[in-house]
Amino acid sequence: MDLGHTALLDRRGFLALAGVSWLTPVGRLLADQAERSKTPPRSIILLWLGGGPSQLETFDPHPNTRAGGDTKAIPTAVKGLQLAEGFERLADQIGSVALIRSMVSKEGDHERGTYLMKTGYRPDPTVEHPSIGAICCHEMPVGHTDIPRHISIMTGQWPSRGGFLGAQYDAFQVGDPSGKLPDVVSSLPTERVAGRVGDLDVVERAFARGRRARVDATLHRDVMARARVMMSSAQLKAFDVSTEPESVRKAYGDSAFGRGCLAARRLVEVGVRCVEVNLGGWDAHVNNHEIHRNRLKELDPGFSALLRDLADRKLLDRTVVVCAGEFGRTPKINGLGGRDHWTNGFSVALAGGGLRGGLAVGATDPEAIKDPVRPVQVEDVHATILTAVGLNPVKENVAPATGRPIKLSAGRPLPELLAI
Amino acid sequence: MGVRDIFFIGVLMGGVATLSAGFPRSSQPHRTSNPTDPAARTLAEADAARDVVAIVAQVNERLRQRRDKQHATASGPASELAAMRRASLALAGSIPSLEQVREFEALPEGARVDRWIDALLADRRCADYLSERFARVYVGTEDGPFLVFRRRRFTTWLSDAILENRPYSLIVRDLIAADGLWMDHPSTNFVTVTHTEATGRPDPERLAARTSRAFLGIRLDCAQCHDHPFQNWKQADFRGLAAFYGGVHANLRGIHDGACDYQPVDRTTKQPTPVAPRVPFLSEILPAEGSPRARLAAWIVDPRNPHLARATVNRVWALLLGRPLVEPIDDIPAAGDPAGILAALADDFAAHDYNLHRLIRTIAAADAFRVDSASAAADGPSDDDVETWAAFPLTRLRPEQVAGSLFQAGSVATLGPRSPWLLRFMAYTGGNEFVKRFGDTGEDEFDARGGTIPQRLLLMNGDLVQSKTKEDLFNASARIAMQAPADAQAVEVAYLAVLTRRPTAEEAAHFVKKLEGTRGDTRKRILADLFWTLVNTTEFSWNH
Repeated sequence: MDLGHTALLDRRGFLALAGVSWLTPVGRLLADQAERSKTPPRSIILLWLGGGPSQLETFDPHPNTRAGGDTKAIPTAVKGLQLAEGFERLADQIGSVALIRSMVSKEGDHERGTYLMKTGYRPDPTVEHPSIGAICCHEMPVGHTDIPRHISIMTGQWPSRGGFLGAQYDAFQVGDPSGKLPDVVSSLPTERVAGRVGDLDVVERAFARGRRARVDATLHRDVMARARVMMSSAQLKAFDVSTEPESVRKAYGDSAFGRGCLAARRLVEVGVRCVEVNLGGWDAHVNNHEIHRNRLKELDPGFSALLRDLADRKLLDRTVVVCAGEFGRTPKINGLGGRDHWTNGFSVALAGGGLRGGLAVGATDPEAIKDPVRPVQVEDVHATILTAVGLNPVKENVAPATGRPIKLSAGRPLPELLAI
Repeated sequence: MGVRDIFFIGVLMGGVATLSAGFPRSSQPHRTSNPTDPAARTLAEADAARDVVAIVAQVNERLRQRRDKQHATASGPASELAAMRRASLALAGSIPSLEQVREFEALPEGARVDRWIDALLADRRCADYLSERFARVYVGTEDGPFLVFRRRRFTTWLSDAILENRPYSLIVRDLIAADGLWMDHPSTNFVTVTHTEATGRPDPERLAARTSRAFLGIRLDCAQCHDHPFQNWKQADFRGLAAFYGGVHANLRGIHDGACDYQPVDRTTKQPTPVAPRVPFLSEILPAEGSPRARLAAWIVDPRNPHLARATVNRVWALLLGRPLVEPIDDIPAAGDPAGILAALADDFAAHDYNLHRLIRTIAAADAFRVDSASAAADGPSDDDVETWAAFPLTRLRPEQVAGSLFQAGSVATLGPRSPWLLRFMAYTGGNEFVKRFGDTGEDEFDARGGTIPQRLLLMNGDLVQSKTKEDLFNASARIAMQAPADAQAVEVAYLAVLTRRPTAEEAAHFVKKLEGTRGDTRKRILADLFWTLVNTTEFSWNH
């Protein structure tokens, strides 16, 4: 953790915060933040499709071909740009969405592919790279955000990590926003908690005797104080989607994923830098089409309502929405009606952050014989996202263990998506 | 009054006689390896146990030289209980139980720590824990490729080897050179974990990277892509090492050596080019005969090659003291051994047949392990004091050590293979979930940085802590509330169970006052509060 922020915390003080800001509405904090900075920091919302969605049943349909199977394509708001059926609502929002249809990678294993997609680097035993959300939190000022600025909703098997930037940049893991937040609320009456915390001083004093400098260096007590600020922060209300009008909740869909998308929007409003909303279950080695039909019933309303809502609130320009999984699926349909792992031509969708929408970058061969046209590397997508949130991808951080300088991203932004 | 309660009172009163059946020294190591296997050769424990006096004296002298050179002041000796806590955390992954504290205090003063370490080394729990720690170095923390990688088999094999104190050189030889199926010959999982779907075979370069870091203490893989600007290593060195694994294949017969088809792309011609196996130094001791992996293994475990001993000593030192003797742990600089402490330990390790138990005993007997983490100076030990091992370093506990300690603090009896199945079940399932939420440190074993907000939240409000401090049958706070006859004794027992020490006079007075005149649920609640307070201290979450 950085010491600058600890000093900030001391100034404000835990009790002062509890007394003054307890009832401060979320909006007030947002206004506060906007006031202090003319160019507010930007955010990323990652809709993570764990398991690896099929490009053919999502963003890159090839109807009436052998590879396409019997998946139908639907028209969208942009002429000539098609999505797979099931994306009827996203089709209306396609004007703000860029489809990259020619993703290539060398990682066909779930864990390694996830690492590559989330960090922009291939797994490397010499260093653990930070995920893109951790990079944003590291590079952008803390501001007035008391809650963790990197959040993972409905966390899957491999949540985004801080890597060499440190565990304090790991995504804070929460479940379905309709449930209770894990570990954040004490089940005890306030006075009993206060009594326990008071007792803590007695024991800490005894331990610090003869080792004060060492104990201070652990920052244990500072981190604990920050955790307690978070426990009483009004910003926690951002997780509570039940206060949203019914019409809004309905638009996002009555699913954990839909609620996650809605919470993501609310979290971005209070200064959270990266929210990962997980929708798993795409590893369709069997019954690929049925699985994708069902998954899209949650993805389509959540994704499209999020884009519309962000745009309505003038947040889309400073929020990059990414929809991706660790790889795509084979054009060939196997004997069990499934598709297997595929890294040579799969799709990622990007929206917001001032990126161009309503277009497709690259293309795959309908017969799946030729390599994709205009192949795009994962690191190039990272460089594009980082640029869109106002960071310079070639900036370097030093990995502490090896002293090796490592760029935020080793790729180059996609010129097709950056507005002139 | 149930059996458990009688047992508990025995513990409380220090009634050693009632506990002799559970005394760890009486437990026999469980030997499961095949006696016909030449690798199953064991060392005479008795011989190894007590002849470390000379090497410990030598290490202590070098530690003194190191301190003097930097004008550091040695702290006084740590209490025996503090050393017991360190040893238990390092070797068994949790703080000692109240039961074990009582056993420990029944041992003769002055000999307690040595005998406690002997007991730990004979304990299956310790072998299991060390096996997990070493496994991270060999195969990482990834789940690994489906079907061809069996982590559980691998760690069980390693645990057996550690328990019977198989020479470390034989363990390493098995890892590098074993043939066969990953189920029957679990050491081959070292190779199969790098199995790559695209090529359908283990990856020679990932194997070379692991080999150089784990067994040589060199990051040769930094030269994987190009010659390293600041190091001696060239890309050709790395590729030469990888070529030893160039013929390794996996099929229905398991891991075996076939034709070498390692052909990395040449930097100048951009063409795949065959590379011959070659070691980066000491090529005169590389055997001419044998399969490539057997030759590589022989070269690594040859006592004339000092790297295996140095890498292992550095890692075991870090396991015991929380940070390596020389940093970085897996890239030991040639000039990075002030006063020759590492060299002295490494020479002794190699000269005694790579005896891991002896190495652990030696380091744990050295002043660096036995010294206090506090000092007489106003602010306590300085950076120089800590750097020169004049004071024991404060290091953050690993997630599974925190989880293990929480369970242990919440139950009076020792958890592990000998404890009732219910307790063990809770420890494993709750423990894993806890570790997941706490955030594993992955392969970066000795990350010196501080904790995180989610970790503090988890210890303040998490289900595990709540259930441990709730008034239920299996936790120590309720037991103490029910059983401890006097307030002072109840507070002392809580401190021993959670912090492995007795309260100071000020602490005792503070908490005894709270308990005065309380009964029943009120008393239980106050003790639950005390438990919460103790597990949320710096002292609980850090090794010291």
